[in-house]
Amino acid sequence: MADTKYETPMLDELESGPWPSFIKELKKVAPRKPMVQDLLGQLEQSYEEGQGHWKHGGIVGVMGYGGGVIGRYSDLADKFTNCAHFHTIRVNQPAGWFYTSKALRTICDIWERHGSGLTNMHGSTGDIVLLGTTTSELEPTFAELTANGFDLGGSGSDMRTPSCCVGKARCEWACYDTMALTYDLTQSFQDALHRPAFPYKFKIKSAGCPNDCVASIARADLSIIGTWRDDIRVDQEGVKAYEKAGLNIERDVCGRCPARCMEYSGKLMIDNRACVHCMHCINAMPKALRPGVDTGATILIGSKAPIVQGALLSSVLVPFMKIEPPYQELKDLIEKMWEWRDENGKSRERIGELIQRMGMRNFLPAVGLEPNPDMVFHPRANPYVFYDEYFVAEEEGEAQA
Amino acid sequence: MAKPTIDEIANAMFDMVSQYDGKKNLKAGDLTKAMIAQYGEGNCTKDECKQAIRILMDSGRCVYSYFGGSFISLPKTEGSAPQ
Ligand code: SF4
Ligand code: SF4
Repeated sequence: MADTKYETPMLDELESGPWPSFIKELKKVAPRKPMVQDLLGQLEQSYEEGQGHWKHGGIVGVMGYGGGVIGRYSDLADKFTNCAHFHTIRVNQPAGWFYTSKALRTICDIWERHGSGLTNMHGSTGDIVLLGTTTSELEPTFAELTANGFDLGGSGSDMRTPSCCVGKARCEWACYDTMALTYDLTQSFQDALHRPAFPYKFKIKSAGCPNDCVASIARADLSIIGTWRDDIRVDQEGVKAYEKAGLNIERDVCGRCPARCMEYSGKLMIDNRACVHCMHCINAMPKALRPGVDTGATILIGSKAPIVQGALLSSVLVPFMKIEPPYQELKDLIEKMWEWRDENGKSRERIGELIQRMGMRNFLPAVGLEPNPDMVFHPRANPYVFYDEYFVAEEEGEAQA
Repeated sequence: MAKPTIDEIANAMFDMVSQYDGKKNLKAGDLTKAMIAQYGEGNCTKDECKQAIRILMDSGRCVYSYFGGSFISLPKTEGSAPQ
């Protein structure tokens, strides 16, 4: 155990094996950061006891902002004095997570001066996460970050930092410009990002195609997933080249199409009206198939990880929307959702839970959408269907009897 | 009732936060609903309430706090901080 103040036999175990180890990284930093020395000591105690020792929340942040800082205090502050405060700062990442090495060095240098030096690239919200500082260092950190063109991200009951896949910057499947949309939404909704005014958090994630590399369908209240509404582009010669190279197209492409809408007998035939845009065939033969050219996105609502209640996946709200600047249709929809939730949501209730509680029949008129068969998440499990007119007829019958 | 200025809405919100201090955590939405009820829908809009909250925050008269959700509080020693 080199250069650390505490014996950490349990943590040392986590350095064994072929995987990268966060303990190894903590130990590298510990000799120059007393805060990290004590963090290792507290962590070892937590592992011994099977119990965490962080208190979360409170009143901590930077002037004017209600998001971006997550207060964390040790309940063993008397013993581990150097990590009595260990606040997290979330920094709004650039859309698509593209940095110059100079920008990364700038962030790391700021954090070396004001915090533990530990980072997490990136948190589940997508932000750059700076781990561990004291209350007195929050404003100086914020001042340096903003002077270098960075801003804080979201936390608490606000719009969380929107995030997206790399989209058109690197990916040929992108059906819209995810980075441009994410940047625009971030700028347009600054107030919602920095000044928490919602009953609970709201996450927006944008994926350029149904491969959904940002897992928006599982991790965002609003998932914006690129799609197309015309036909898959097929290069028949390219398909043949895959067959020649040994791909069993009938079995491994057509046979695994969830819509069973493909056939191959020397020529690939797709019933595009039945295609559910799963991307399987395109992923299997990327040199021969491409999404169509009439592209946009499907807007889905309601996913969340299990926190207060269980996990939910997003379900379709708008089957197809063009995603082009200035994105007014999408922004209007988002604002209507927020308005409805502000009126009806309970504290710590995600929008997906609220829709489950109040029903689509209340939600859809509030956001100005007509019911659509694409919104049906799964067939109903309850076989009973009640029609109001039957009750009226029955009541009238009873009255006459 | 006459239409209040943004500063008057901010003052009324501050009074409410002070009155409930230590008794009930208030969210931005609670303050907004209370102001609209107090001044009437025609006299006080959600957007004006947003501006009023911003005045309270930027002046440091109120701060955001987090206790499982985000609330608007009076500034004080950090809730969970070691003394
Ligand atoms: S979600 Fe689609 S467009 Fe985005 S990076 Fe993944 S494959 Fe490419
Ligand atoms: S995208 Fe999916 S559903 Fe559509 S044709 Fe290809 S495999 Fe079938």
